[in-house]
Amino acid sequence: MADVLVVDDLDVTFALHDSEVKAVSDLDFTLAEGETLAVVGESGSGKSQAFLSIMGLLARNGKASGRAMLGDVNLIGMAPDRLDTHRGKDIAMIFQDPMTSLNPTLKIKTQLAEVLVRHQGYDKDKANRAVIEMLERVGIPEPVKRANAYPHELSGGMRQRVMIAMALLCKPKVLIADEPTTALDVTVQAQMLDLFKNLTNDFGTALVLITHDLGVVAGVADRMMVMYGGRCIEKGPTDTLFYDPRHPYTLGLLHSTPHVAKRAKRLDPIQGLPPSLEHLPRGCAFHPRCAFRFERCFEERPPLLPVEDVREKACWYQGELKYEEVA
Amino acid sequence: MLDRTEDLLKIENLSKNFSISAGLFARPFQLRALQDINFTVKRGETLGIVGESGCGKSTLGRCILQLLAPDEGRVLWLGQDITKLPAEEMRQKRRDLQIIFQDPLASLNPRMTVGEIIADPLRTLMPEVNAKERRERVLRTMEAVGLLPEMINRYPHEFSGGQAQRIGIARALISEPKLIVCDEPVSALDVSIQAQILNLLSDLKDEFGLTLIFISHNLSVVRHVSDRILVLYLGRIVELADGDDLYDDPKHPYTRALLTAVPIPDPKRARQRTIEGLVGEIPSPINQPSGCTFRTRCRYAEERCAQVRPPLEVIAGGRNVACIRWQELDLKPGA
Amino acid sequence: MAGITGKDAALTAYANALANEAPKGRSLTQDALRRLFNNKAALVSIFVLIAIVLFALVGPYLLPWTYDKVDWSAIRKPPDWAKGHYFGTDQNGRDMLARTLQGTQMSLLVAAVATVVSVVIGILYGAIAGYFGGKIDAVMMRFVDIMYALPYILFVIILVVIFGRSPVLLFVGIGCLEWLTMARIVRGQTLSIKQREFIEAAKAGGAGPFTIIFRHIVPNLTGPVVIYATLTVPEIILTESFLSYLGLGVQEPQTSLGTLISDGAPVAEALPWLLFTPAAILVVMLLCLSYLGDGLRDALDPKDR
Ligand SMILES: Nc1ncnc2c1ncn2[C@@H]1O[C@H](COP(=O)(O)OP(=O)(O)OP(=O)(O)O)[C@@H](O)[C@H]1O
Ligand SMILES: Nc1ncnc2c1ncn2[C@@H]1O[C@H](COP(=O)(O)OP(=O)(O)OP(=O)(O)O)[C@@H](O)[C@H]1O
Ligand code: SF4
Ligand code: SF4
Ligand SMILES: [Mg+2]
Ligand SMILES: [Mg+2]
Repeated sequence: MADVLVVDDLDVTFALHDSEVKAVSDLDFTLAEGETLAVVGESGSGKSQAFLSIMGLLARNGKASGRAMLGDVNLIGMAPDRLDTHRGKDIAMIFQDPMTSLNPTLKIKTQLAEVLVRHQGYDKDKANRAVIEMLERVGIPEPVKRANAYPHELSGGMRQRVMIAMALLCKPKVLIADEPTTALDVTVQAQMLDLFKNLTNDFGTALVLITHDLGVVAGVADRMMVMYGGRCIEKGPTDTLFYDPRHPYTLGLLHSTPHVAKRAKRLDPIQGLPPSLEHLPRGCAFHPRCAFRFERCFEERPPLLPVEDVREKACWYQGELKYEEVA
Repeated sequence: MLDRTEDLLKIENLSKNFSISAGLFARPFQLRALQDINFTVKRGETLGIVGESGCGKSTLGRCILQLLAPDEGRVLWLGQDITKLPAEEMRQKRRDLQIIFQDPLASLNPRMTVGEIIADPLRTLMPEVNAKERRERVLRTMEAVGLLPEMINRYPHEFSGGQAQRIGIARALISEPKLIVCDEPVSALDVSIQAQILNLLSDLKDEFGLTLIFISHNLSVVRHVSDRILVLYLGRIVELADGDDLYDDPKHPYTRALLTAVPIPDPKRARQRTIEGLVGEIPSPINQPSGCTFRTRCRYAEERCAQVRPPLEVIAGGRNVACIRWQELDLKPGA
Repeated sequence: MAGITGKDAALTAYANALANEAPKGRSLTQDALRRLFNNKAALVSIFVLIAIVLFALVGPYLLPWTYDKVDWSAIRKPPDWAKGHYFGTDQNGRDMLARTLQGTQMSLLVAAVATVVSVVIGILYGAIAGYFGGKIDAVMMRFVDIMYALPYILFVIILVVIFGRSPVLLFVGIGCLEWLTMARIVRGQTLSIKQREFIEAAKAGGAGPFTIIFRHIVPNLTGPVVIYATLTVPEIILTESFLSYLGLGVQEPQTSLGTLISDGAPVAEALPWLLFTPAAILVVMLLCLSYLGDGLRDALDPKDR
């Protein structure tokens, strides 16, 4: 399938008082039509900033370099007014807290219709009809009634649906969802993930799902990308990473996640704490916590290299990942 | 050895309402946060409490510890009702009953050092312990929860979430309690840190013979740590059973809905199963449905569910379930 | 917890060693001070204020004239270095510099007394009202509202009648009125601190209401209290000036900045030095205090943490 988004060599740096911090380094990935890519990693690993930079939404002290090709335009470094013609139309983003992206003083209908009027040049009637249709499509009961509500009159799950509806109105090629279900209850989360699956199928939208929950990934993602310390450390098809992880960090994450069907006596967590980006360890950033490290890891940073055909990892260790083997 | 059959804690007919003001002249609403809660906790076990946001989990934890006064019912600690104890006697009981909170940083006083925070319950609960001994106990407890002794003079904001949670755990442990209520102790933590804290809690439990009440909205986590699991919906117990029984053979439709909705970190299984999403939203705890409060979202609801409020029945295996149709329904996973 | 492990003895030794050696963390206060010292305007203000205070305290001993000594040979004279009247003399032939320094002392003293009194009462009152809430809070805050509504100057006149014209007592009295705003601020802060989980943790640890207020709430009020105090000091200096202007303030031959200014203002054209010195010091002090207040507000801003 055709690639809709090709990201190449993406770096994000933030200027601090008297230093700078690199939140994302050398990120490369492609996203195919209709595909779901999960971006996984712990807090502070650079997941959000990578995609905010693609959307041109970095904080003022942030700077992005590299390329993010949406078709044949590069979104990185694009002037804000030109970005506006793509944002919301070709590429859209939704966040964990829908309230921050909805205007509390406007009716749902008004906010959503405006998107269509601006990007598609619809007249008001046509826009309103399209809005109702989309609200129904994302599973909002009584869409005509709800369209006239204000955001605070809806529950958290409803608001997240409204956000998804808004993001999908212009049938964007790429939808970026940053922890879209983290604040929701499991039963609502399940409905939401179901909805994502259907929508990517029906609209051919490529979905980037940013999350720290491997359970969410397993259910919906085709491919996944694991980030640590601002870099991608392993990526590949979801199944291969789950059943045959090759990076010690990916393995550690899997062993740290409790599983409702299996009651292990103990989890096998990764030791230690995630690094701060300002003081990334030398060599492999994961080495202070890695059970498989050896001399090379302390000095040289492993590059992200292909293993087999479909996957890549950034780790010097070539043996099998079994905890018992480690002395 | 611990006597695992003794009832350490017994909750009887506990109810808690909150008055929500509706403006100057209107009568306040009654928000029914907990209704008619009955269960026991055996010495040495871990009782998990699950349910969706707002179902009353934290309120229940706080009522057990008398941080909130229940409106009705009794909380029996070793057979003695502690809901109406005079302040001083209750203070003595607090040595045995401790709590760990969800937000690790918010639960630590930002103006105190780690040492002062951990020592705080000792200072108030056991003034007879002198400063030197207090410090030694603080250091011993810090070691037990995996904090380095040199952290003792630091301030909370210098710590990450996982370490802050260890400080909170140390504070709960220092008075050598018998029961700790853990209110979402890992919900704010990263996956790898969450696993470290879960392991730590299970180690501490074995080491000190603790009894835990583990509150979480995450069924996977609860299932991992708990011996028995209590499921709350809109302030009522809908099911209480052994962890394995609950998972293999849920008796309440809500439990089943939760089980099918829990994300599974296993792609093949995740693709195979069909998610039985619940219809609709949680009703407001102010205007609860008549009869079975779950009926507005229950796919097995019948007419009579609106008329009778299902009682919490004791069924085989020492389980409890509150559904009038539990005998006819087969809710096993895959069924 | 006795005997968790066999390491008790070793730990005890370690504990004793650590009692003095464990690295000290940076407290929030230290953090805030560091930020404050990075703020140039605030830093300069602190130095200027310290200089003014020192000069006001030490200066009088270095001058040839005291504030109440009349130099009959130099009445209403402009600065005269030969006689030691560096800033001239007033209508009674008293040395202006000596009087200004004494006036500064007096103004600082009343400001300090009144601020301390208002902060102490305000914190106690506000924290108790906020922490207990409910009816206690309603009654206590209604009382504050009533006090607010009563005319301030009336109180001052009553106070003057009661205390006579002892300046310090008068300003204890003014402090007793100034606490109203402090109490409101503290109550608001207490209401929000009370919601934080560490208060609940303290309750679970058996702490009673007053332990919680003094150990857990009051220390967390530092930010707003310090900021408000820097705003109160200038307010009281101005109040004092106003009262002196009305003749209710400090008594001759003692003086204060306000009195000096009110005496100097009508004759400013003919005898400008009578106004210039006290006015300059007052303005510099007020400016420094306001820069310091701004600096503190930035340094203590919780968003930065
Ligand atoms: N405006 C900023 N100035 C300086 N550093 C920043 C700024 N914004 C973000 N960062 C840093 O960038 C890093 C990456 O942040 P990011 O939000 O991408 O993390 P994340 O992986 O999304 O984590 P989470 O799961 O917590 O959302 C963080 O360590 C953060 O400290
Ligand atoms: N102090 C209070 N005043 C009024 N209502 C309250 C108060 N505390 C809790 N509630 C209400 O009581 C209900 C139960 O709240 P509780 O905090 O126990 O839920 P919970 O199960 O812990 O939810 P969460 O998972 O969000 O923590 C909620 O509807 C909540 O809004
Ligand atoms: S490169 Fe070395 S330290 Fe890094 S993950 Fe691989 S084995 Fe571990
Ligand atoms: S009583 Fe009726 S509505 Fe309630 S859970 Fe059982 S079947 Fe469903
Ligand atoms: Mg993020
Ligand atoms: Mg809660």
